[in-house]
Amino acid sequence: MDRKIRVLVAKPGLDGHDRGAKVIARALRDDGMEVIYTGLRQTPEQIVQAAIQEDVDVVALSILSGAHNHLFPRVTELLKEKGAEDVLVIGGGVIPEADYGFLMSKGIAAVFGPGTPTKATIDFIREHVRQK
Amino acid sequence: MSDSDKLKDAVGRYEAGVEKSLAKFPERKAEFVTGSGAPVKRLYTPLDLEGRDYLADQGFPGEYPFTRGVQNTMYRGRFWTMRQYAGFSNAEESNKRYKFLLEQGTTGLSIAFDLPTQIGYDSDHPLSQGEVGKVGVAIDSLADMEILFDGIPLDKVSTSMTINAPASVLLAMYIAVAEKQGVSPDKLNGTIQNDILKEYVARGTYIFPPGPSMRLITNIFEYCSKEVPNWNTISISGYHIREAGSTASQEVAFTLADGIAYVEAAVKAGLDVDDFAPRLSFFFNAHNDLFEEVAKYRAARRVWARIMRERFGAKNPKSWMLRFHTQTGGSTLTAQQPDNNIVRVAIQTLAAVLGGTQSLHTNSKDEALALPTEDSVRIALRTQQIVAYESGVAETVDPLAGSYYVESLTNRVEAEALAYLARIDELGGAIKAIEQGYIQQEIQDSAYRYQMDVEKGERVVVGLNKFQIKEKAPEGLLRVDPSVGERQCEKLKALRAKRDNAKVQASLAALKTAAEGDANLMPPILEAVRAYATLGEICDVMRGVFGEYKPSVMF
Repeated sequence: MDRKIRVLVAKPGLDGHDRGAKVIARALRDDGMEVIYTGLRQTPEQIVQAAIQEDVDVVALSILSGAHNHLFPRVTELLKEKGAEDVLVIGGGVIPEADYGFLMSKGIAAVFGPGTPTKATIDFIREHVRQK
Repeated sequence: MSDSDKLKDAVGRYEAGVEKSLAKFPERKAEFVTGSGAPVKRLYTPLDLEGRDYLADQGFPGEYPFTRGVQNTMYRGRFWTMRQYAGFSNAEESNKRYKFLLEQGTTGLSIAFDLPTQIGYDSDHPLSQGEVGKVGVAIDSLADMEILFDGIPLDKVSTSMTINAPASVLLAMYIAVAEKQGVSPDKLNGTIQNDILKEYVARGTYIFPPGPSMRLITNIFEYCSKEVPNWNTISISGYHIREAGSTASQEVAFTLADGIAYVEAAVKAGLDVDDFAPRLSFFFNAHNDLFEEVAKYRAARRVWARIMRERFGAKNPKSWMLRFHTQTGGSTLTAQQPDNNIVRVAIQTLAAVLGGTQSLHTNSKDEALALPTEDSVRIALRTQQIVAYESGVAETVDPLAGSYYVESLTNRVEAEALAYLARIDELGGAIKAIEQGYIQQEIQDSAYRYQMDVEKGERVVVGLNKFQIKEKAPEGLLRVDPSVGERQCEKLKALRAKRDNAKVQASLAALKTAAEGDANLMPPILEAVRAYATLGEICDVMRGVFGEYKPSVMF
């Protein structure tokens, strides 16, 4: 492998719960990936801009406010507009399973609900990432 | 041979006997730890409490240092307030839920606001898209607040509002609704959370930087001490610190460190400590380790009483009392086999009650998945009622006192919290420690350690990493009507067309002038609210003068 997998961990929307985002950021880093964490309250525009600027392979979105159906598809749309649809986009947080299908139809590769071991996310990324 | 030596001898004999039998009957694991990871010994005896003085360290309920509780008869007088945190969608829907809860026997309201409201944005702000009405009720102006409390007499209920950065504005709206009901401010009972420091650390709904935020808070202390004397002006919160992953001792330490910062700010602003300290209240979490949690509340009371009396020289016993609300731990709930959460909440309820809480919110079983339905909220409330009326634990005061284990744990939490408080003092106080990221880092380290313990199976979470089953996707979850955002925007448009806009502009200009000077901001905020200025308009004026908080990001 030429370079480390680069991941942007992002908090779209207004919720301030980032225990999960920080734990996953640290677990990915401990697994040897390069991780950038955006901090709270990022708009889809800010997230996509950061993803392109940082040339990441993966965008990992975390949300607990219930606004996922609105915000996640905006991120994948904007990535597509910028010609960056090869970036793997995954999501996590308090997201009802009934919404998984919709989100996946909008280009979210996987949704990880509460209780997911960090290892499951790591394995998924390693298996599905399209490295540049 | 003294009694103490005899006891040491006997304990030594017991331990030696156990060591001999361990080869044949080994214990379940090499090390036993509490929910927070602190070591637990095999047996606790009077030796563990040597050097402690009953009268000085435990004393009597209702007396300094309040280890055994803040009232002299505790729940023999009356039960804790059963207060369920609720709110979603718009004011109409939430008003219905509050009336349902009151009919079911809750004794206080607890208002959940949506995120745009908590961050001071109107529902038509671009950042509000997708968030309106999702995690709480959307309030844009006094008009929404009038609907929210329609038919609920504000002189009869006590209302807790989880609102922080814009707490002054929501309190002003509450006062204005009461005026319209003919209820004067001195008849109002309730609490605003108003704890900005834990927002920087753990909860995230900050707006302004620490300086002006602390000013807004001390303005509220001062205003309420004169105008709304029965109002709890702040709820200094460990709840979210614990949810973010702290240990029990860190929860106590960081909460009390924040408390010290508020007291210092108010004293520096010229207030007398005994004028505002009796209205300070606290808010803690309840996790699953029953004894450690009970010890946590007992230790918190003792440490706070001594801080207020010794460090701040408070003279009024009410200033020494740590009164607190408890919520069961959201982060302890599992999305897997959600019915099991009912049992977790029952244990946590016991912890809060055995720890002497003044009020309690019990989480519903479905909250790892969504906002709770009416059915699951009813079970959560019934859990409190069963503990109150059937379990017997409320019939005497502080029933776990004197347990060698619980007293030892109380002493340990106290010692660990005091060590943290000393470290935070060295760093220059809570605000400095937060600005340097010290408190956040300590919490994150604990959160990560916990997660790794769960993943390695060293910590069992039933249904999650042991005793799993194949499950169908849960059904019947509460969904917030996605059109609530649009309807809220239409309401705003209508309001802006209907109100006296010249009056609104004048009140906002007066607020700006006051914010630029050093006057108390409560009166001009109340004027703007009465004129139907929106929450977003009022907060924008203050954003213009105060600027916005920019956190340092780390993980």
